[in-house]
Amino acid sequence: MTDFSIIGKPIAMVDAAGKTTGAGKYADDFKLPGMLIGKILHSPYPHARIKSIDTSGAKALDGVVAVITGEDAPNPYGILPVGHDETALAVGKVRYVGDHVACVAAISEEIAERALELIEIDYEPLPAWFDPEQSMKAEIDLIHENRPHNIEKDYHHVFGDPDKGFADADYVHEARYIANEVTHAAMEPHCTLANFELDPHTGKLGRLTVWSSTQVPYYLQHKLSLVLEMPMSQIRVIKPLVGGGFGGKSEIIPLEIIAAVAARAAKAPVKITYTREEVFWAHRGRPRTIIDLKTGVKNDGRVTSVACKVIQDGGAYCSYGVVTILYSGALLGALYDIPNIRYDGYRVLTNKPACGAMRGHGTVNVRFAFESQMDEIAAKLNLDPAAVRRINLLKPPTVTVNGLRVLSYGLPECIDQVITRSGWLERKGKLPKGHGLGMACSHYVSGAANSIIRSDMPHSTVNIKIDRDGGVVVYTGASEIGQGSDTMTAQVVAEVLGCDLARVKVIAADTDLTPIDLGSYSSRVTFMAGNAALRAAEEVKKNIVSAAAKRMNCPPEDVIMRNDHVYKRGVVPGDHDPTAAEILEEKDAPRGRVDGQILRGSVLQTRKEEGPKQHMSFEEAVVSAIDFHGALTGTGSYAPPAEARGGKHKGGGVGPSPAYSYSAQVAEVSVDEETGEVRVHKIWAAHDCGRALNPVAVEGQVIGSVWMGLGQALEEEMVWKDGLLMNPGMLEYRSPSSAESPDIECIIVESIDPEGPFGAKEAGEGSLAATIPAISNAICDAVGVRLRESPFTPERILAALRAKKGMKRIEMTESVDPTAPATFREHGGSLWFRGKGPLRDPLDPSRQPSRASAVLGGKQ
Amino acid sequence: MKKELISLRVNRRTYELAIEPSKLLLDVLRQDLDLTGSKRACDDSSCGACTVQVDGIPMLSCTMLAASCEGQEITTVEGLADRGGLAALQKAYGDFGGAQCGFCTPGFMMTVKWLLANNPDPTEDEIRNALSSNLCRCTGYSQMYQAIRAVLDAEQKGLKQELVEAK
Repeated sequence: MTDFSIIGKPIAMVDAAGKTTGAGKYADDFKLPGMLIGKILHSPYPHARIKSIDTSGAKALDGVVAVITGEDAPNPYGILPVGHDETALAVGKVRYVGDHVACVAAISEEIAERALELIEIDYEPLPAWFDPEQSMKAEIDLIHENRPHNIEKDYHHVFGDPDKGFADADYVHEARYIANEVTHAAMEPHCTLANFELDPHTGKLGRLTVWSSTQVPYYLQHKLSLVLEMPMSQIRVIKPLVGGGFGGKSEIIPLEIIAAVAARAAKAPVKITYTREEVFWAHRGRPRTIIDLKTGVKNDGRVTSVACKVIQDGGAYCSYGVVTILYSGALLGALYDIPNIRYDGYRVLTNKPACGAMRGHGTVNVRFAFESQMDEIAAKLNLDPAAVRRINLLKPPTVTVNGLRVLSYGLPECIDQVITRSGWLERKGKLPKGHGLGMACSHYVSGAANSIIRSDMPHSTVNIKIDRDGGVVVYTGASEIGQGSDTMTAQVVAEVLGCDLARVKVIAADTDLTPIDLGSYSSRVTFMAGNAALRAAEEVKKNIVSAAAKRMNCPPEDVIMRNDHVYKRGVVPGDHDPTAAEILEEKDAPRGRVDGQILRGSVLQTRKEEGPKQHMSFEEAVVSAIDFHGALTGTGSYAPPAEARGGKHKGGGVGPSPAYSYSAQVAEVSVDEETGEVRVHKIWAAHDCGRALNPVAVEGQVIGSVWMGLGQALEEEMVWKDGLLMNPGMLEYRSPSSAESPDIECIIVESIDPEGPFGAKEAGEGSLAATIPAISNAICDAVGVRLRESPFTPERILAALRAKKGMKRIEMTESVDPTAPATFREHGGSLWFRGKGPLRDPLDPSRQPSRASAVLGGKQ
Repeated sequence: MKKELISLRVNRRTYELAIEPSKLLLDVLRQDLDLTGSKRACDDSSCGACTVQVDGIPMLSCTMLAASCEGQEITTVEGLADRGGLAALQKAYGDFGGAQCGFCTPGFMMTVKWLLANNPDPTEDEIRNALSSNLCRCTGYSQMYQAIRAVLDAEQKGLKQELVEAK
């Protein structure tokens, strides 16, 4: 069936009006009677033991209702079952500057902030670890006692015979690439409002309701249950509108638990909203990644073997780290045909905010290295970069050497499209001085085939209820975070039922109302929740069709539901002719006056003759179906098929997906050799999303991904000194404004996946990873310097240009970073150590001159 | 701090309010008037999510004292609707995907409304420059330009239509 009525049409998001009028409610827009404001005290030390906390001064302040510390909720939690290493507030030890230490709930924000300053904490500073390669050598002063050498997790995978692959190669290229740390910086700062109800039977605190800016309401419900020691059934998590996530809200952020603990202590509703600076400390972004990549190729560019060593600077907690480091290795596969792979991945703990999942989780930085290296190889072998990519294409359907199943594969067409649109063949190498073109490809999972908690439960479930009013209510746990989840759900259901989109009302992400869904991460919603919605709608449809078949006196297979009508095949010539519905429309009774329907405020019910009918309105068919079957409901769920769940090796659960999206991009840039400034003029981005259910939404996702990649390529970088973030604000953490954002031409490629809903795959993340190497390859084309560290700031470009010309190296940070400072650097933000920075432990590695210079030397 | 009585004109209505003189306009709008359309997304007036119009000029309500706006006409995103329906710009932002998560959208609405009111035929560069006061992390801005362009085209068509009708 390709003749769709709603699928594939560009339609406005179902919640668009709330967003453009300001009527839509985000977590911070809610308030409850008697609500208190919570404020959090953060650690000024990157690594220190808490010797004592005295909250008596804060508690005594008028207007303060509760002060809580780690002891009030000491149960550990973490998003991964293997990484339960966090507590809501620090217990015994702080592990990064900004770690959560105490929380005050007061009648106003001002009083809460004043109370924070009255909390006395006695810290004993410990040596802190900031550089992952140093941290990996740690013997003492470990960040977590149960993680020797501060290594959270390391994996060593061998697929095929890498050594033989290298021996067979005509040419082997090897280099180190570094991608610096970036963060989501979603526009909405995290916010949680928590409220306990009194239990009428016990008279004590009973059920908990939490409104939170989260991508994963069900995981939040689960972790709240762990920490608060309450059954999950007593906890209701409601996700209101979420102002962007990009992965930053795809796990449990401390304030979400802290708000609930504070509400319990205060016996009143508590709302906590992070300041922008606190959002930066909460972080969970893309880790600084050091990639040592070695690729062996034949003279024609055919890859024979890849060896990749990845070190991720994971920050102080596990977070999604184990998954990130596995994705980095697993997604070496499934883009190109690589026969032999060796992967060594190290997720390392450091005394900085925890890194987690961010758009393109795990694959982005390694893709930057890989696609850069492809171009380096192409240059060496004097091949066209596009040819090198084409010769390494997969031949689907296939299972890659590391166990990833690939069915639909639109990459060849993506490459063709960007080459044609960008004029690659005519223009490459012929642009004026300082201008260049660069190409890169990427891919991403359409949802992880294995859930975080290994089980056979469905990943998504959707319920549908249709009542006599003809309204279609869809209950889905999928989390709308701006990507169009609710709209996709409504479209899928309306398409299957052949009804107006306006009939469909989506109730989403409320753990009391909606069936379980794992959440909005790893680009899983369209594929998984979409398939669940499709199945639920088909179940409902079956019941409507069987009742309608009886009324129309025809076999069920002759019943057609389309254009808000139900009719018999052959009644109107050309079943899919839109005019057919128009004819029917005229014959029909006016809406709202349907047989047997009880109208609001009226007992008027018309009884019509029961003779066979030729066609019915949607309401009429629904009423018949309810009369016939009783209630009209349907349920559908989705779990990825066993064949798509990957290999059996340790860590093999991460990377497999029921389908992969593909992207190819060409970037056109110019580089000013005097200032080192890079300007991106245009990016052509072709993305294979299987089928574009809503082209406006797909374009929005692809352009948004490319734009975010552009930010990471050119300007976004978290700058650290002594574990302090130097740029915790939107002004200093620079992301491209409209003035410096280039034209991005999105080309949708539809490979029609056999298992996706209507053939759809993911669109929200896969394009990001190609942008960074496309730009770096274009810079190399423009001025002949290969940048192996992102972002490609003017400083780095100039340094590379000077090196190329054999000029003296400028070390921009040379005298800025004095060795052996006795105190941590002062921070200008709102964290609570104004004035002089706190003292270091004498054994702190950063105080050792040799160590300090080693750190500097390693960071070029 | 002791509260003072002020009167604020917001969206063509006058409100009597008792507020601390130090209270920011954004907080008064969100907390005292429950006009939560304007958002707080940064702490250093760098993102534009709190943009409102004060006497027709886009201003950052997160860095203005509410008390300083006495006697001025404040318009928030809630005051943008066209006779209770979506204004053309609001509709176009929906149709063209100018809003994804929507958190920055109210601020953009106020900035773009000002642009269109003051420059009926802006060039691509003028649109880009006007929008650069506001940050969006979802869209990459492209679809916003399409939405704005659609509004401009519709207006110009409407003008032509009016001219034809006048003849």
